[in-house]
Formats: sequence, structure tokens, C-alpha cells
Amino acid sequence: MTLQAHQLTCIRGDRRLFTDVGLEINAGDALRVVGTNGSGKTSLLRILCGLALPVDGEVRWHGHNIRGLREEFCRNLVYIGHANGVKDDLLAWENVVVTSTLSGNPVSREDAGNALEQLGLGHAADLPTRALSQGQRKRVALARLQFGKAAPLWILDEPFTALDLDAVTALRATLNCHLAEGGMVIYTTHQEIDLAARRSLRVELNQATSC
Amino acid sequence: MLKALHCVIRRDLLLAFRRRADVLTTLFFFVIVATLFPLGVGPDPVLLRAMAPGILWVAALLASMLALGRLFALDYADGTLEQMLLSAEPLSVIVIGKVIAHWLVSGFPLILVAPLLGVQFDLPGRSIMVLVASLLIGTPILSLIGAIGAALTLGVRGGGVLVSLLVLPLYVPVLIFGAGAVGAEMSGLGGDAHLLLLGGLLACALALTPWVTAVALRIALE
Repeated sequence: MTLQAHQLTCIRGDRRLFTDVGLEINAGDALRVVGTNGSGKTSLLRILCGLALPVDGEVRWHGHNIRGLREEFCRNLVYIGHANGVKDDLLAWENVVVTSTLSGNPVSREDAGNALEQLGLGHAADLPTRALSQGQRKRVALARLQFGKAAPLWILDEPFTALDLDAVTALRATLNCHLAEGGMVIYTTHQEIDLAARRSLRVELNQATSC
Repeated sequence: MLKALHCVIRRDLLLAFRRRADVLTTLFFFVIVATLFPLGVGPDPVLLRAMAPGILWVAALLASMLALGRLFALDYADGTLEQMLLSAEPLSVIVIGKVIAHWLVSGFPLILVAPLLGVQFDLPGRSIMVLVASLLIGTPILSLIGAIGAALTLGVRGGGVLVSLLVLPLYVPVLIFGAGAVGAEMSGLGGDAHLLLLGGLLACALALTPWVTAVALRIALE
């Protein structure tokens, strides 16, 4: 199980965000993408999960370009981006059921309720997400990680923002558990949070230049 | 795969049900546009009868276009569209699900009120039946083709106007055969041929457009 990136280059407008970024992560590795605001962290994560195309370079899963794998790669991937991907008009548990079903892992209402319970949102499972706070919405989005065991690769964009201390601890435990079972985590954060990974890798992105 | 299709349709119908007002605007738009014509043109029954198929079809066309903005834009804004692109199911299946739900919410109600509007134009009974049949086959094509335009204009400023410029020309064949079916029925030729051609268009659209829409969505989110 390997995700490799070769010589990735990303250009946004007339700024060259990064050039020649290469990385390789294996089972049990955690990769933290570090950089100031606007250094291209989110762009890198979007390229790694196949949402955006790099100007140059390619991303490979098991040695095959992810553009060719598509659904096969997506089955191995959980991506939680900046936008939480939570529908305001749906109840919290409905959100969890829909996102899990779409990621190829249908769950029942009870399972969704339990997942929310574990994140301390049991009381809010039957509320429309519109009525929840920013941190609670984040937790609704993160609830699908409880069913993400089948997908080894987790790509999380700022998973710790807006969470309170208890939720940060709970999320860290979930991530550590996933890493211990041979999963891979790629994440960005501005907080100092250490994960217990086989290898803790870092990618620094602070080389944005105009072109 | 069917599970994902079912899930998407249910989700979108549920969302539409929780935003009922949005759905009703399309329906009322259709009714009002179709009602303005008799008021403007005057109450001559012969003239109205002759114009009815065209007017009702153009009104249906505009109403279904009005609803296109809701198809992907809200999912795009809150990031759920990203999740659909990264789904383990083929994106075209998800697109079909979204289009079916969209048609049930914005196209199907039009078919239900069309007979009433037909009476308003003094259409004979058989012509009203052909009108309903032509809308039943034609409006899904409008939703399928419209989905391409909606996907291409995601995140574009002034996307609402742009989508009409993109999509309306593509609606022309549907308009010709749809209104033509009712016209042919009224002139005594029978609308079968037109309806069969519409059916052919629907089969083509069903096979090709979900795939094109999926590609357009991937481009829009890049």
C-alpha cells in the first residue's frame, strides 16, 4: 500500500505555489503538510486525492496513476476538505448515512447514531445540521471516519479547527487507532498535534513565487 | 450501484421537500407564463387553440430552465459535490440520480397541471392527452440536457444567464417535436411520429448526457 507523488507542480493564477514536490507514504505513516496561509496546502491535498490536476507531475496509488484508477482509488480514500460536505437541511444522522453510502459503505440509522454518540453528538443526531455550531458540524463531517476503516488512506484538511479539547483528543485517538491498524493519514493543521505513526513525515510548502 | 442511486434520489427529494417553496416557484412560473398569453393576445378561441402547443411548451422549457440553478449549485457551495466526485460509485450514476430527483421535483408537477392549462386554451380532449404524453417524454430530456449546462457554469459569475444561452439552443429539437406532436394531433395527422422521435431523443440523452455531465463536473471542480 503506497501513495507516491512525483514532481508535483501547482500554479494558481500567476503564482507558482510549489514545484517538484515529491513524497511517498506507506501503511502506518502519517504525513503532515506544513505551510503558512496561502502556501498551497489545500491545493496539494486536492491534487493528492484527484480533485485537482497538477500542472506537472503525477500521483500514483500502488504504482498506477490515480487519474486512471478513479473509483478504485476513491474506494480507498476518505477526504474531508475545508468545506465540511454537510448539508444544512438534513438531520445530523442523515448526513452521516448519505456520505457513508456514497463512499461505498452503506450504514444504518443506528450505526450513524452510534458514530455521532462517540463524538459527543448523540443528543444532536436528530437536529438539522443548520441548528448546529461550526464545531458540531465539523464533528458531523468527521463522524464518517468511524466507518472509514475499509479505506486505508485518509486525507484531512484542517481536521482539528473549530473542535474543543475533548473532541481534539477523541479525533487524535481515532487517527492513532487507524495508523496502528496500518492506515495512512495525510493532514494539515496549524496546531501542534503529534500522532503515533510508524513514520511521521512532513512536507514544508513555503516556496510560493510569482511567475 | 443501485444503492447509491437510491440514496442520491432519496436525499435530493428529501432536500426538495424541506425547501418546498423553491419547488412551488417553478410550478407557479409555468402557470403564470402560460396564463399571460391569453390575456395579452386576446380571447379569440381559434387563435388560442392554434398557439396553445407552442406556448405551453415554451413555458415548460423556461420553467425547467429556471430550476436548473438548484441542480448542482447548492451542493457545490457546501462541499457535498466534492464528496460525490470522490465517491466509490461512478459519478455518472450519481448524476442520473440527481437528474431523476430534479425531474420529479421540477418537471413532473408541470405535467400534472398541463391539462388544466390546456383547457384554458380550449384544446380538445385528445390533444390534451398528446400534450401530456409529449411533456412526459420531453421534460426528462430537458433535465438531462440542462444538467450539462448547470455543471459547466458552476462557480461562474452570472451563471444563471449563461446557462440559458448554453442550454436553450439545445432545447430546440425537443420544442419542435413536443409542440409538433400536439399540432399534428390537432390537424388530424396524429402525433405518433413526433412522440416516437421524442422517445428516440430521450434514449439518446439518457445514454450520453450523464457521462458528459460527469466530465463537466470534474472540469468545474478542478
